[in-house]
Amino acid sequence: MTDMATEIAPGADGTKGGSLDPARSFQGLILTLQKFWAGQGCVILQPYDLEVGAGTFHPATALRALGPRPWRAAYVQASRRPKDGRYGENPNRLQHYYQFQVIVKPSPPDLQALYLASLDAIGIDLRLHDVRFVEDDWESPTLGAWGLGWECWCDGMEVSQFTYFQQVAGVECAPVAGELTYGLERLAMYVQGVESIYDLNFNGRDGAEKITYGDVFKQAEEEYSRHNFEAANVDMLFQHFKDAEAECRALLAQGDKGARHLMVLPAYDQCLKCSHIFNLLDARGVISVTERQSYILRVRELSKACGAAWLKTEAGGA
Amino acid sequence: MPDLLLELFSEEIPARMQAQAAEDLKGLVVEGLRERGLAYEGAASFATPRRLALHVAGLPARQPDSREEKKGPRVGAPEAAVQGFLKSAGLASLDQARIEKDLKKGEFYVAVIERQGRETLDVLAELLPAVIRRFPWPKSMRWGAASARTDSLRWVRPLHGLLATFGPETEETEVVPFSIDGLEASNFTFGHRFMSPSKIKVRRFDDYVPALEKAKVVLDPARRRDIILYDARDLALAQGLELVEDEALLHEVAGLVEWPVALIGEFDAAFLDIPPEVIRATIRANQKCFVLKDPSTGSLANKFVLVANIEARDGGAAIAGGNARVVRARLSDAKFFWETDLKIRLEDRLPKLDQVVFHEKLGTQGERVRRLVLLAGDLAHHVGADPALAARAALLAKADLSSEMVGEFPELQGLMGRYYALAQSEAPAVAEAIGDHYKPQGPNDRIPCEPVSACVALADKLDTLVGFWAIDEKPTGSKDPFALRRAALGAIAIILENKLRLPLRAILESALAHQVATSEAAPTFVLRRLWEEEATDDAELAALAQGGRWAWEFAFEPGKGILAALRRYLEARFSGEAEPRAGDGARYDDLQALLKPYERLHEKSLARHGVTEPEIATELEADFAGERQVFLASRGELIDQLLSFFADRLKVFLRERGERHDLIDAVFALPGQDDILLIARRVEALGNFLDSEEGKNLLVGYRRAANILRAEEKKAGADEATSYREDHAPDALVEPAEIVLAEALAPAAGEAKACVAREDFEGAMGALARLRAPVDAFFDKVTVNAPDPVLRLNRLRLLNELRRAVHEVADFSKIAG
Repeated sequence: MTDMATEIAPGADGTKGGSLDPARSFQGLILTLQKFWAGQGCVILQPYDLEVGAGTFHPATALRALGPRPWRAAYVQASRRPKDGRYGENPNRLQHYYQFQVIVKPSPPDLQALYLASLDAIGIDLRLHDVRFVEDDWESPTLGAWGLGWECWCDGMEVSQFTYFQQVAGVECAPVAGELTYGLERLAMYVQGVESIYDLNFNGRDGAEKITYGDVFKQAEEEYSRHNFEAANVDMLFQHFKDAEAECRALLAQGDKGARHLMVLPAYDQCLKCSHIFNLLDARGVISVTERQSYILRVRELSKACGAAWLKTEAGGA
Repeated sequence: MPDLLLELFSEEIPARMQAQAAEDLKGLVVEGLRERGLAYEGAASFATPRRLALHVAGLPARQPDSREEKKGPRVGAPEAAVQGFLKSAGLASLDQARIEKDLKKGEFYVAVIERQGRETLDVLAELLPAVIRRFPWPKSMRWGAASARTDSLRWVRPLHGLLATFGPETEETEVVPFSIDGLEASNFTFGHRFMSPSKIKVRRFDDYVPALEKAKVVLDPARRRDIILYDARDLALAQGLELVEDEALLHEVAGLVEWPVALIGEFDAAFLDIPPEVIRATIRANQKCFVLKDPSTGSLANKFVLVANIEARDGGAAIAGGNARVVRARLSDAKFFWETDLKIRLEDRLPKLDQVVFHEKLGTQGERVRRLVLLAGDLAHHVGADPALAARAALLAKADLSSEMVGEFPELQGLMGRYYALAQSEAPAVAEAIGDHYKPQGPNDRIPCEPVSACVALADKLDTLVGFWAIDEKPTGSKDPFALRRAALGAIAIILENKLRLPLRAILESALAHQVATSEAAPTFVLRRLWEEEATDDAELAALAQGGRWAWEFAFEPGKGILAALRRYLEARFSGEAEPRAGDGARYDDLQALLKPYERLHEKSLARHGVTEPEIATELEADFAGERQVFLASRGELIDQLLSFFADRLKVFLRERGERHDLIDAVFALPGQDDILLIARRVEALGNFLDSEEGKNLLVGYRRAANILRAEEKKAGADEATSYREDHAPDALVEPAEIVLAEALAPAAGEAKACVAREDFEGAMGALARLRAPVDAFFDKVTVNAPDPVLRLNRLRLLNELRRAVHEVADFSKIAG
């Protein structure tokens, strides 16, 4: 290892041209966004330690969006979409990628301006680029959630999703939370000017010290693609789905003390597990079109029950 | 006269909603003004992505005073009536009302309500927030701190500014004083989000538009469209290319920018190997860019026009470069789809169609294909198509639905199938039929004319129509979600354009039979099949019950018990308590919905027999058998309804072509009319005939005869009226004019009939034309209602024969005017 102290000196704090410049490194991009939203009073959380299909599923969003209490959080979340695996061969599509998620409740009047300022912070000059808000309403059938908003375009590329949650877990949001989801890899590809996710500079170093996104994740993409499409044990997954579903209901029943609920978060974990197992089964191609809907509804029932229980907790405003 | 300027400034409004929203804003405000007695000289509304604006010119400064007289109850009416009157008229007591006298009613109260006109500014302060609160957005939302209450203001996206000024054309204007959810009306707005974001003070519309323009906002969407179109054309021209114009895209793009800046981008020419429709769909759908073509060859160029919302410092180089990168990535995907799709033969895609739901009550695309093959087989010889090619095309017609490309761009269905068919060396007629089988999609679309194409296109439409009719999803009013009107118009266009002789009733009947026979999953048809087949045995029905399927339908065990058991069973299955089994859990809601009507049917039967729940009488079986008869009869009715739907569509079709459509009823009313081509030809001949002197006069004569007959039939008893329908007696003819008519009738009727049989409608009209003179002479010289009852009856019979002769050609009673 080289002496880190000498390396830190030029621009390692994220200044232009340094190794943490968001235009030079993937991690620099993440750190810049974290710093930006920390400056807006968000708690900077770490990724949730369960497999989820999107940052929205993190309880910091899915549950905290409910109830009257103000909330501001930002975090990186790995998004697992087993069906999107391409064995590391497609430069744009991965079964595991990162989202940077921001949730602010109630939505502040200047959320669009804050979002644009965050783009500026990662080096997108708003007088040089064409940033647009293009209609894209969001709906998550498994979460029982929907909202109105846009996909945010930068020079014709979708770089973020911007949503005002109207309903989550089947409950009307009061007040409404604003949610931002940055597609980190896409954004990084844009600011770094590379054509393949795998070519992203991860650590911002050059030459022998450079570590790319491919160095970190290509092998994982290959292995997980095999697992998701070919190897995952279907019988076991069906069983796990049933178990998690039953456990979720059991925990919800046990924690329910009338006006109060004492075990929502553990129950919600089981709901997340169901959701991911369903995605795996779907990738394995063992769920028919007709069954698909029923599985989605089963997960939705769980998340609705968790949402209702959440409103009976302290953080849920009870 | 003062003007109103209103601007509602918000976050980005979806492009597709802007035009309607501008219309609605204008409509609601001017309607509100009119209701409040405020006339105006003109109103115009505009939309950009961030604002809706309305200008109402020439309003009075205040409402006119009004005086209204309100009639009340009679003097001495009950107290409740009096109180109601006082309240509605705003009076404190009856002393304030006048008493009036009326010859019929006697004495009653009248209140005179005089209202002083209010200041228009105050009226607006009341009207505008009401309009904003009940604005009819197709989708709206709540936001911000106010959304802690679920009844907070809803808007399409967060609303940030209310600009509302009112005042004379030259002096200072006033802000209309109102606020909504803490948002105060003001006299300022903002410019372009990036180029001129600062506050702009506005007095009136005349300085609003130029101030916006200076702040890089073009208010009028029509002007933005013009700018885009002309700049795009110029850019193309400068490259020696031509813009591929696209009206819908132009509207959308104009709704995405406040300050349009057209730029040119480029992609690798190697992508031009992909079919041009795919390139266009990719660039259009994903990037909302226009494609360009080479005017000398007509083929696509590797350049495109994008429309940015900003004048960038570098002249747009970074923006064009960024867009080109995205287009490149998208085209790489498209190329990948194209190449991947080409590796799988269309027939190998068919099993996948069993997984694609066409409509939940009509089963899968796989079942649909099986029906299309059968129906194309039925149609082939009517259309003059090679049956083997028609069956092949029908088999492959939907295969592209499972291709990557159509998954990505549904609008390319059919077209991609054609490309893939050509690539796997299908007969050209088969490939064309696959490509054209959704056509025509509208009055300006191409009509398939090759026999195989016409055959499959027709099969697709007729199958759709019969299917949706069978599940009772007919178009109503303005609602036609499955485009059934378009399907019928398309079928008519194919039939007429190709001059096809088609026994439509028989074809529709066999289409319905194919639905019933091929359906494996769709409950409606499974039920129908089992109900219709006498030979359905108990074992099959029992299996159906155990499979969770609608056993209470059948007479063999009409019990509520089985219904309840089934519901318990479904609920257990759904909640995951029981073992999940392949393919049964998903239709929970469908099943619940299905339960309802049959539950009602069952209850109806029970009630009719006065049977309470537990005791189930065996006679119920007979009752159910009766219901079954009704059910089967409805099948014939269904085809009748569908045929008259076709008659209606034929009217629309002929009207759109500027031909006579008002005569269709006259032809369609004749028995056995189901041949669209013959109906259309007969209508044409009839139209020409009625345009002639002979035709006009004969119609007059016919009407006279028919009116006399109708009047006499009404007066007479049933027996006597029936006797009018018998043949006349030649020896009871006395007047020369009636003898002439009688002698002319039989040959004319015979000839008309013979001509109709030969489908010579001109000839049939000619035969009728020869009746004109005798008919005119008859009415001129002969008294029908002769005093002698024998003569009278004979003459009525003669008139009836005239009516019958005319009806050989058309039911003249159905001709309007």
